Amino acid sequence: MDALRNKARDLLSDGSVQVVIGYGPGSVPDQARAVFLRRPEQVGALFFDDRCHQNLAVYLTKPEVKALGKPAIVGTPAILRSILQLAAENQIADGQVLALGVDGDGRVTELPDFKSIEDFLAPLPADLSPQEQEQLARIEAMSRSERWNYWIDQLSCCLRCYACRAACPLCYCGRCAVEANQPQWIPVAPHPRGVLEWHLARAMHLAGRCVNCGSCAKACPLGIPIHLLTQMLSQEVAKRFGLQAGRSAKREYVLGTFKPDDAEDFIR
Amino acid sequence: MEQRLLKRESVGQLFAKLADAGWRIVGPCRSGEAVVFKDVHAPQEMAADYVQTTLSPKSVVFPRYELLLRYRFEGKDVKIDDEQITVVPTVIFGLRPCDARSLAVLNAVFSWDYQDVFFKTRLENTTIITVSCTTSDPYCFCTSVNGGPGDPQGSDLLLTPFDADEYLVEIVTDRGRAIVDQAPELFAPAAGGEVNKVRVLADVPVRFEMSRLVECLPRVFNDEAFWAEQAMRCLGCGACAFLCPACACFDIQDEADRQGGVRYRCWDSCGLSLFTLHTSGHNPRTTQGQRWRQRVMHKFSYFKDRLGTIACVGCGRCSRSCPADMNLAEHLQALAETSA
Repeated sequence: MDALRNKARDLLSDGSVQVVIGYGPGSVPDQARAVFLRRPEQVGALFFDDRCHQNLAVYLTKPEVKALGKPAIVGTPAILRSILQLAAENQIADGQVLALGVDGDGRVTELPDFKSIEDFLAPLPADLSPQEQEQLARIEAMSRSERWNYWIDQLSCCLRCYACRAACPLCYCGRCAVEANQPQWIPVAPHPRGVLEWHLARAMHLAGRCVNCGSCAKACPLGIPIHLLTQMLSQEVAKRFGLQAGRSAKREYVLGTFKPDDAEDFIR
Repeated sequence: MEQRLLKRESVGQLFAKLADAGWRIVGPCRSGEAVVFKDVHAPQEMAADYVQTTLSPKSVVFPRYELLLRYRFEGKDVKIDDEQITVVPTVIFGLRPCDARSLAVLNAVFSWDYQDVFFKTRLENTTIITVSCTTSDPYCFCTSVNGGPGDPQGSDLLLTPFDADEYLVEIVTDRGRAIVDQAPELFAPAAGGEVNKVRVLADVPVRFEMSRLVECLPRVFNDEAFWAEQAMRCLGCGACAFLCPACACFDIQDEADRQGGVRYRCWDSCGLSLFTLHTSGHNPRTTQGQRWRQRVMHKFSYFKDRLGTIACVGCGRCSRSCPADMNLAEHLQALAETSA
């Protein structure tokens, strides 16, 4: 905790960054919230422990936060993976963000560029949590109709509030496909077809781009486990194409890459 | 107010009587981690304990999606069929006193100038059986917005869980009396005169002084930096508005093909950037700070000026479920204190 605060104080004092994005006390004792520190005397608000699960990388592309100047950001593995994926998609430039790698022992590692983030992440496991693996296995074991019914039931409560989209660092589009209305591709209403089409579109757009942070499901006010859709697709992409989002700043995007030597015939 | 006693174990018999008489009953049910209002037939289907339901019951009177009309193209003509609303008399059971008050807020919007036949018809056919709060959490702030854990405003019947097996029943309106009349044998007279329910009610501390907040809002409107700072962590989703029992904004959309289509309305939120996007491409609210200001000003200033009531009942859902921990009561408190 002290190491993090000291680092933040130094960075703000010597002007290397204009804002430190981290976690501070939330509404209730067991909750953390994002804080945007701009003065050295504010660093006392920072802490880091297991309450800190929101993916703060979502703020790196928010115009109001970008306007504050160069950020340092507290970097959990999920946040660091998000930064690399944003880099791979040309949303942030090398050196534009200073990540502060944190670990359970309270050590803070300055990660000034993408290479250092890649190296920091390389030895860390990127597996899904045991709970997520168990949930995915259970869904995979279902028959096709059971799986369909499971999702129709889960999605029946969806309000189309887009908290999932807003919480996702990779959902940074200025105007989402769901908001295009000339023509309107996806119905706006939260009727069953509208909800289904929204979640299919979201999952497919994140296929191979999702960094498995789980923020979408944590943001869902109804607790719909929608992270399983994109995690399932991540696993599929890893298995079939050997690509894993958020491991490299130069990673290819599986749905946007063409290779003349592709193993599949139909594409040539 | 007339008081009666209802055994908790008699609620099932009450439901059966109401169902026999053609009533639809909606109550709080578990759905995964959430508690939402669904059609119920027996008390066992309802969630046993909850401080507050995840969703408010507003969809009973203001569905999240609602067809308004159908149209079809016939030569150069358009044939329009207005959607005819048919409503079954409905009891909402187990909502909290804050939610019961929210229906008057919605009604103020939907009968402001145009009388919204969809909303009004549903509301006229809805009876509110509220259960007082004996527990609360740090997000509750009903007492700061003129409500309370045992407040009868907006309810037809108010049930207070008086001990392990009995509800104190307060008959608030004639509609409530009509429910009692369906099964008078279940509602025993309260022995020994007026029963004091206060001792079992939740203790919800007052967070800010309403009059001070309302008075200061027009003065801070132009303080862009203040709103920007509060909204820095806001992600700009619609969860707060969609969970709010008193938010009434909706979008009107068409779904059509070459033969015709339907026009419907569905919930919308001032937190979403598209909410104010003009056809020209201009958006008068370009930042989340401006959108957050709109949310606060609309609920506590404009609404009060135009309709005589604020548009918040202190249920705390907007804050409890916010993915970025935007806490309305905390920010209102900060506002009320700036005016001091």
